[in-house]
Amino acid sequence: MTDADTALLLARIQFAFTISFHFIFPAFSIGLASYLAVLEALWLKTGKDHYLNLFKYWLKIFAIAFAMGVVSGIVMTYQFGTNWSVFSDKAGPIIGPLMAYEVLTAFFLEAGFLGVMLFGLERVGKKLHFLATCMVAIGTAISAFWILSVNSWMHTPVGWAMNDKGQFVPAAPWIEIIFNPSFPYRLVHTVIAAYLTTALVVGGVGAWHLLRRHATAEVKTMFSMAMWMAALVAPVQIVVGDLHGLNTLEHQPAKVMAMEGHYESHPNGAPLALFGIPDDEEERLKYAIEIPKLSSLILKHDPNAPLAGLKTIPKENRPPASIVFWSFRVMVGLGMLMLLLGLFSLFARVRRKLYDWKLLHRFALVMSPAGFVAVIAGWITTEVGRQPFVIYNLLRTADARAPIDAPAVATSLLVFVITYFLVFGTGTIYILRLMKKPPHPGESAPAHAPIRTAGITPSPSMHRHGGANARPDQNEEAR
Amino acid sequence: MDLTIVWALLLAFIVAMYVVMDGFDLGIGMLFPRFPVGKQRDMAMNSVAPVWDGNETWLILGGNGLIAAFPIAYAIILPALYAPLIAMLLGLIFRGVAFEFRWRDPGHRRWWDAGFFLGSLVATLAQGITLGALLQGITIEGRAYGGGWWDWLTPFSLLVGASLVVGYSLLGACWLVWKTEGPLHDQARRYAKLLLPALLVAFGAVSLATPFLENKYYERWFDTPGLFVTVPMPLLVLATAWAAWRSIAKGQDHAPFLWVLGLFGLTLIGLGISIWPDVIPGRISIWDAASPYDSQLFMLVGSAVLIPLILVYTAWSYYVFRGKVGEDGYHEH
Ligand code: HDD
Ligand code: HEM
Ligand code: HEM
Repeated sequence: MTDADTALLLARIQFAFTISFHFIFPAFSIGLASYLAVLEALWLKTGKDHYLNLFKYWLKIFAIAFAMGVVSGIVMTYQFGTNWSVFSDKAGPIIGPLMAYEVLTAFFLEAGFLGVMLFGLERVGKKLHFLATCMVAIGTAISAFWILSVNSWMHTPVGWAMNDKGQFVPAAPWIEIIFNPSFPYRLVHTVIAAYLTTALVVGGVGAWHLLRRHATAEVKTMFSMAMWMAALVAPVQIVVGDLHGLNTLEHQPAKVMAMEGHYESHPNGAPLALFGIPDDEEERLKYAIEIPKLSSLILKHDPNAPLAGLKTIPKENRPPASIVFWSFRVMVGLGMLMLLLGLFSLFARVRRKLYDWKLLHRFALVMSPAGFVAVIAGWITTEVGRQPFVIYNLLRTADARAPIDAPAVATSLLVFVITYFLVFGTGTIYILRLMKKPPHPGESAPAHAPIRTAGITPSPSMHRHGGANARPDQNEEAR
Repeated sequence: MDLTIVWALLLAFIVAMYVVMDGFDLGIGMLFPRFPVGKQRDMAMNSVAPVWDGNETWLILGGNGLIAAFPIAYAIILPALYAPLIAMLLGLIFRGVAFEFRWRDPGHRRWWDAGFFLGSLVATLAQGITLGALLQGITIEGRAYGGGWWDWLTPFSLLVGASLVVGYSLLGACWLVWKTEGPLHDQARRYAKLLLPALLVAFGAVSLATPFLENKYYERWFDTPGLFVTVPMPLLVLATAWAAWRSIAKGQDHAPFLWVLGLFGLTLIGLGISIWPDVIPGRISIWDAASPYDSQLFMLVGSAVLIPLILVYTAWSYYVFRGKVGEDGYHEH
């Protein structure tokens, strides 16, 4: 390997590492922000305390996840320049404005209202506080909108021209660039993914406390809400995923070939591989277990439709099937399990055993991290599947790199890895610790001082302690 | 109207907003270990906890504004300052999570406090070094950075880095003078008194060194049109510093912070005079780096509507947390 190859490989690993870590947090905070808004709305509407308790319980967890999302996101913004400067120079005129819109419409909104959301309940009153919660939730969704538009444009670039400096410049109305062909599918699929991820976490925490016989109103409510979400949204996600795949077949056929493990072309209907080990060197799927014609049926809605294989594509333009084939199966497999969980919960509801069917609770507990695994697997499919290009068919990943020597990239990669595991690992432990305690009546808000504060006497419902499960909040008291 | 000029001014505004707003956060971080463990530290941190995220967002807008409006500048500057910028990002990670983590884990609070301090210090130094390295000039080959990865490290860039440490610390001290009371307030006031003269010395050293870095800056400052600014500038700085000093000595609450902001404002104007109209000082002008008209216009439309809106709700959130931070957090004045 030449020095440039090493530097390229390291830069790719660094990008994959930092973005994967970053995305874990948005996947959770997009869903959780909306869930918090729903909980607060229910509290305002019904006046029932257990909604407020749940709200405050999840708010503490949200605060930690959000902080980690913010600091890992800033790394991404600057990484485009430090490690992918040629890409930044060439694509800046198109993706730059979209990302600037993300900052202006989403990040400021989130950040501006976050302080009020976390610390302001007693300062601004219920209505304004609810407004702040909604703003944060809307902000996370808007952020997904813009960044996914950018990412989708790199997959399905439209509306561009090349100027004399070799830059991609806008050559169509912006609306066409923003709503590029893969964007609507990717947006819907990713946002639903975030909701599912959050529902599984909430459901898992609920299930854990049900298993530990803490069947309070709070615990039952969150478990039930999460199971409704899984039951209703998992099937939708599967349909959307299918549509997304059809769209990909149209625009990035090589990716779909790699996902399916099709090296050969199949003129009379292609089989669906349930299992196999793709070998990119030998160009064949080893140990394949296949169902004849099913792939054509899924992708073309006709069992005999012809499908081309990777061998029709020059070797230097092929994505590595060995990765994509598996990451795709992991995501789809987990999607099916989520559907199963949803159906199980419906069945339990009908039999009126939702809160005491141990098997269901164990299943929900095991599934609680499944959303994170599925989203990362999904992104690996998406991103590895478009290789060897960063801007599909137009700019190769190898040509997008910054002129940084391998030792510099290696050093920065090393410190990122150490820092991320240390900081985000610790943060995750803090989140798990919070989850281990059941939500209880008189739940406190994120426990910094500024909250209890305000100099205004909090309403009794907010600060009442008592009840069998009441515990002192871990922070102030433990100090 | 030349949108490139508009964008250059807008970016300058964004950088100024960042320096002002995250400056005092980082400054508090750097003073942090000097405050006694317990209520004092809690108060210091709580004085910025509700707003730090919004403050830092200006840095993100700066980065994204640069890639959008002047992509080639972004593509050259970031690799040129690879090491300091990565260090800054790491520093910001530790600083940012400390706001949450220190409350979650009393057993390891000392560690997160140390992370808060070191993160703030590293981020500040890195920002100062970045400025210094840009001023001293970077090597460009074709459309890319052409130097080595230690080129940024010179006595001059370190001097600028150290000056920024002093400057942000002063901002942080003045913020605490404004937002706290009791022993913490008094302590912050004492620091402000020490840091203000230190900052003047640092300013003096940097200002004296800058004109000699490149002939261009020298001509700027010591030839006729420039001379009209060169002469009054130090006087203005001294007058502002004097006013700041008086307000600290008199024990005023918010005046010291505002006067120090004034000092920062003058510095940024001075900086502007040195480098205008370059986006990479002495190397690439704003027009050479500008992205196409369409890109600039599209963003400008959004910015014109959204930036004022952002300023309004940012102001609102500062208003919500107005008054002094008491021992338990904010209370009404
Ligand atoms: C589908 C959603 C999504 C995706 C694909 C990404 N992000 Fe993200 N990002 C968010 C959704 C999000 C969010 C939910 O909006 C976050 C989480 C915490 C937060 O502050 O906003 C966020 C935070 C966040 C921040 C900090 C914002 C702040 O301070 O408030 C930055 C700078 C980025 N992101 C940048 C990126 C970049 C450069 C990405 C791609 C390479 C990226 N994000 C992928
Ligand atoms: C504007 C948005 C994005 C840009 C500019 C971008 C760009 C890139 C680049 C330059 C690489 C390196 C090439 C490579 O390693 O193959 C890459 C890889 C990757 N990206 Fe993206 N990406 C974006 C969004 C995302 C998002 C949102 C995710 C979500 C998690 C993601 C996940 C990945 C992964 C997992 C890889 C590794 C693939 C591999 O190693 O082959 N990307 N992307
Ligand atoms: C079982 C049904 C599913 C199918 C058929 C499916 C299909 C797909 C396809 C084809 C892609 C690649 C899109 C591309 O080429 O760019 C993809 C990406 C992705 N999937 Fe799925 N998916 C399913 C379930 C899930 C589930 C359950 C989750 C998470 C909870 C998930 C999360 C993602 C994410 C985050 C991406 C990357 C972003 C994107 O391109 O949309 N998927 N999915």
